[in-house]
Amino acid sequence: MQNDRLIIAGREFTSRLWVGTGKYKDFAETKKAIEASGADVVTVAVRRVNITDRSKENLLDYLDPKQYTILPNTAGCYNVEDALRYARLARAAGVSDLIKLEVLGDERTLFPDTAGLIEAARILVKEGFIVLPYTNDDPIVAQKLVDVGCPAVMPLAAPIGSGLGIRNPYNLKIIMEMIKVPIIVDAGVGTASDAAFAMELGADAVLMNTAIAGARDPIAMAEAMKYAVYAGRLAYKAGRIPRKLYATASSPIEGML
Amino acid sequence: MAETIQIQVNGEERGCRPDATVGDLLRELAIKNERVAVELNLEILDRKDFDHRSLKQGDRVEILSFIGGGAPVNVQGKGRGFVHAE
Repeated sequence: MQNDRLIIAGREFTSRLWVGTGKYKDFAETKKAIEASGADVVTVAVRRVNITDRSKENLLDYLDPKQYTILPNTAGCYNVEDALRYARLARAAGVSDLIKLEVLGDERTLFPDTAGLIEAARILVKEGFIVLPYTNDDPIVAQKLVDVGCPAVMPLAAPIGSGLGIRNPYNLKIIMEMIKVPIIVDAGVGTASDAAFAMELGADAVLMNTAIAGARDPIAMAEAMKYAVYAGRLAYKAGRIPRKLYATASSPIEGML
Repeated sequence: MAETIQIQVNGEERGCRPDATVGDLLRELAIKNERVAVELNLEILDRKDFDHRSLKQGDRVEILSFIGGGAPVNVQGKGRGFVHAE
């Protein structure tokens, strides 16, 4: 596993667990949880600066952009225009050309508007962005996102923040077999076994936020997720045994009395 | 005798010196240049232009930065317009 690096658009990542930075109690807890997770990619949102209370600290005072790849998202955008605007603002704020593209279709499920997503991705790729799209577990949409130039695809496991785990392993498996770019399972993970399962299926990485930030002990859960992703990756590389309905004895019959 | 002009910054009305630049506004608000994006009347500005773009009456300025996020927060108004970062 020493040289088992994840490479996206020529960038090398050491961790296959990526984490969000929302929903934590405070920045100190955010920092501790991220350290415990071992993640080297963290997602952030772009929002108005609080101009009335300048005493508030900035997230990036706690997360050194030299140490982490900062991945801004377009969270909260429900149409192509908003997603483009936030992506461009994120780039102007000056971290990189990376963008986690979200074009949401519905407030209740936070499922992506995949038609809008493909359109926004096409435009942003042309503008030089490295577009990592949050998408549904639809292999055809995933392929279209690759066709417009996305260097990785991020299908959901279940609705954002739901903790339902891998709801459609068969579709995810098809995406992993069909799509020739890295697949990052994004959203819906509830606990460590979900993350391990995603990696066992062949995901190249897992991105999560709520499963860690919302746990009773986020720092312990962050550590659990680190090992789960690592174990799942190892198991995937090791190659699991086929499933069989009946037993196969592990001990030889020979030499029995 | 127009000593000040009125502009809108992150949705709030605010007085400002007539010859002030975007860079002056950021300094007045004690906002560090790095890691903020500024939109002036919907045009996203290059950071190197902050000190060259002067503000005029009725300008709408948006100053944005990165906050904690992964999953979307509950955004009021379904993403139309901006929400306040806490």
